[in-house]
Amino acid sequence: MFRVASDTLNSRVPEGPLQQKWDTHRFGMKLVNPSNKRKFTVIVVGTGLAGGSACASLAELGYNVKAFCFQDTPRRAHSIAAQGGINAAKNYQNDGDSIWRLFYDTLKGGDYRAREANVYRLAQVSNNIIDQCVAQGVPFAREYGGTLANRSFGGAQVSRTFYCRGQTGQQLLLGAYQSMMRQVGTGKVKLFPRREMLELVVVDGLARGIVVRNLVTGQMETHTADAVVLCTGGYGNVYYLSTMAKGSNVTAAWRCHRRGALFANPCYTQIHPTCIPVSGDYQSKLTLMSESLRNDGRVWVPKEQGDKRAPADIPDDQRDYYLERRYPSFGNLAPRDISSRAAKERCDAGFGVGESGLAVFLDFRDAIKRDGEDVIRKKYGNLLHMYNKITAEDPYKAPMRIFPAVHYTMGGLWVDYNLMSNLPGLYVLGEANFSDHGANRLGASALMQGLSDGYFVLPYTIGDHLATAKLPKVPDDHPACLQARNDAHDRVTKLLNVRGRRSVDSFHRELGLLMWEHCGMARNQAGLTGVVSKIRDLREQYWKDLRVLGSGESLNQSLERAGRVADFMEFAELLAIDALHREESCGGHFREEYQTSDGEADRNDAQFSYVGAWEFNGAGEQPTLHKEPLIFENVKPSTRSYK
Amino acid sequence: MSSHFLNLTLRVWRQAGPDKKGAFRDYRLDGVSTHMSFLEMLDVLNEQLMQQGEEPVAFDHDCREGICGTCSLMINGQAHGPDRATTTCQLHMRRFKDGETITIEPWRATSFPVLRDLVVDRSAFDRIIQAGGFVSINTGNAPDGNAVLVPGARQEIAMDGAACIGCGACVAACKNASAMLFVAAKVSQLAILPQGHPERASRVISMVAQMDKEGFGSCTNTSECEAACPAEVSVAHIARLNREYLKAAMFADA
Repeated sequence: MFRVASDTLNSRVPEGPLQQKWDTHRFGMKLVNPSNKRKFTVIVVGTGLAGGSACASLAELGYNVKAFCFQDTPRRAHSIAAQGGINAAKNYQNDGDSIWRLFYDTLKGGDYRAREANVYRLAQVSNNIIDQCVAQGVPFAREYGGTLANRSFGGAQVSRTFYCRGQTGQQLLLGAYQSMMRQVGTGKVKLFPRREMLELVVVDGLARGIVVRNLVTGQMETHTADAVVLCTGGYGNVYYLSTMAKGSNVTAAWRCHRRGALFANPCYTQIHPTCIPVSGDYQSKLTLMSESLRNDGRVWVPKEQGDKRAPADIPDDQRDYYLERRYPSFGNLAPRDISSRAAKERCDAGFGVGESGLAVFLDFRDAIKRDGEDVIRKKYGNLLHMYNKITAEDPYKAPMRIFPAVHYTMGGLWVDYNLMSNLPGLYVLGEANFSDHGANRLGASALMQGLSDGYFVLPYTIGDHLATAKLPKVPDDHPACLQARNDAHDRVTKLLNVRGRRSVDSFHRELGLLMWEHCGMARNQAGLTGVVSKIRDLREQYWKDLRVLGSGESLNQSLERAGRVADFMEFAELLAIDALHREESCGGHFREEYQTSDGEADRNDAQFSYVGAWEFNGAGEQPTLHKEPLIFENVKPSTRSYK
Repeated sequence: MSSHFLNLTLRVWRQAGPDKKGAFRDYRLDGVSTHMSFLEMLDVLNEQLMQQGEEPVAFDHDCREGICGTCSLMINGQAHGPDRATTTCQLHMRRFKDGETITIEPWRATSFPVLRDLVVDRSAFDRIIQAGGFVSINTGNAPDGNAVLVPGARQEIAMDGAACIGCGACVAACKNASAMLFVAAKVSQLAILPQGHPERASRVISMVAQMDKEGFGSCTNTSECEAACPAEVSVAHIARLNREYLKAAMFADA
């Protein structure tokens, strides 16, 4: 099903003690002098936390930036939906936090499948991020006296999460967006909204441009530059139903993959334990209820199978607070992968609640009794309001019903320590890369990574490339540009010309169900082997029976979706192959064959302590696996325990 | 809560492009579950249209959790529909009755031109932020987060303004198509927080000038904007905007 390359990938992690790597490296990198910076142009695709912060920081340094997003404005990128918070090792609470502890928690939380040096750097710059955001006017929650407030999140025993009510992502994104818009005003950033990247332009082995479709006019546009930075988020919508925005897609990353960029660890997908359950087959997306709710909410199911009494009528001694029972030291704040699997285990065993039996309770009764309804409303008001809007139930009166849903993807394009892919000049930031979260991401760490990459890592590392690479000007009519533009144009025409019977959404739903069924919270060899051929069949049908009305020369939302789903159809196969090849359980990747006697993940460090980065050899062709061995010099991988 | 089903008539604004003439079209849609969100109902309509060979209705949407500000729609004449503090994507069909006719239009404002069907161009908002809706701080210059204290209660008021999702409902709901609530939300947030103080005067002058340049109307003082705002941004922020503007316009060192 796949080939294995004999080489190993070079992560370019600098030598020296862990604490000094980033400092040493920053000194070692070439600089671009201030007057030369204005000679370089950088393309940034995607304007979420990673892209927005990168645009602002690069433009402040003097580079010319061209920013692209498919939304109508950069402020709408899906980072905006992050609710709970952002981690930093400030230790403002005096509760024993440190850079080392944040590093350790993140590495352990990722089930020892992340690169040590990247994670340490992330923890190092976490404090600068908070300072930067505060200075931008991000209204983080504060104590009465005016100091910054913190709350706890899963996988940690210290309070290190900074937050803005239940809308932290929104506030951080608006901070980055505003800094970026300031640079639009100075002319250093040129903004291209409602554009979708359809091809990467590679010239002499270097990433030098992109082809985008103008989503309003349908025109194909070619843009060239000295480097391309991809900040295009995760691929969770391969499951159709997820907490991602409807527009989130893998297309930009997949197009780069098809041009030679390696795709790493696609099977590491995060299923978030607390989402609102599915209510019908018309369902278009799932809604997350922030992990922060588990600070005060207690998760339970009835002790009796199929107990249909109203939750209030079930006395305490007939409730199973299964997270507190199984993981007494972390309790309701056990990490996401573990909490999700525990919910699945209870539901599979017949203890689930609600009409479908695919839900567990998240109960605020005790917290309301302890702190009063007002305190709970102040902390979580907007989330509980949203729950009420969707379900028509009052979470202040009855426990919420929740179930796991696809939420985040740890895998992504492979990058080295400089966040550059194996294609020189192509940088990948934020959720779109694979680097910092291993096989499972801890809560409040995605915002940290996006902003770390954009504000504090890329601005240093991109200079080294620009200062050392040979970058002759690429004209718009360069053969590589024309080729990429033709490819993009042909694909659009091909999608419109299938003229079958089925809608894009019907195919997408079918693909999503296959993936959820066989490549979701639990996976096994038979299911994965079977799903690979099912995906191929579905893809074949797609190109025979798809129906997209309208033309390519106007705003055509079905056509936009059709292109994205076509790429998901190819990508899904790689995800399944990666899951099949990884014969161990780690983090969000749970193989039923590899579990301990008490149902925990059974990791296999002897054979699988590596990053699996895949090379594209053609759609439906066997991909080639390249390995980057994971070397742990500072922390000895242990069995993850939250008991 | 158990679901039941509605049979509806949808009166939808169709317009093929920015320069094309638009018109209402009536569509029948049967068997709509009351558990559906309003946008899921439109998904079902679009599936039906596709099967009939008619191009689907274009509408803006993305996160479908009420935070990105992409979705819009005038529903029976109300921005984001009948529910308070609710975006269209969070509006559910249980709010409607069997047999009802629902009129669906794009935002109505000259400064938000229609691109197609229910999709409008809201880039005027970006240009207003670009004019001054920021704190001029380059990456790397920030002092410690706790170096400047902001009392919790003040911060909460700033957050009330910062909660704006930039959807444009305030403009659509206003008979003058005024953008005062949008501008006020940002001016107010950055006027309250000490980080915004150095540019306090220049910010409000530039943002208001850009707002006027974009063709948004004057404030009517009728608070339709607040009633329509899904993020519950209060008109008290408009009062603060007016104070900030007056101070900045009258005193050189305000």
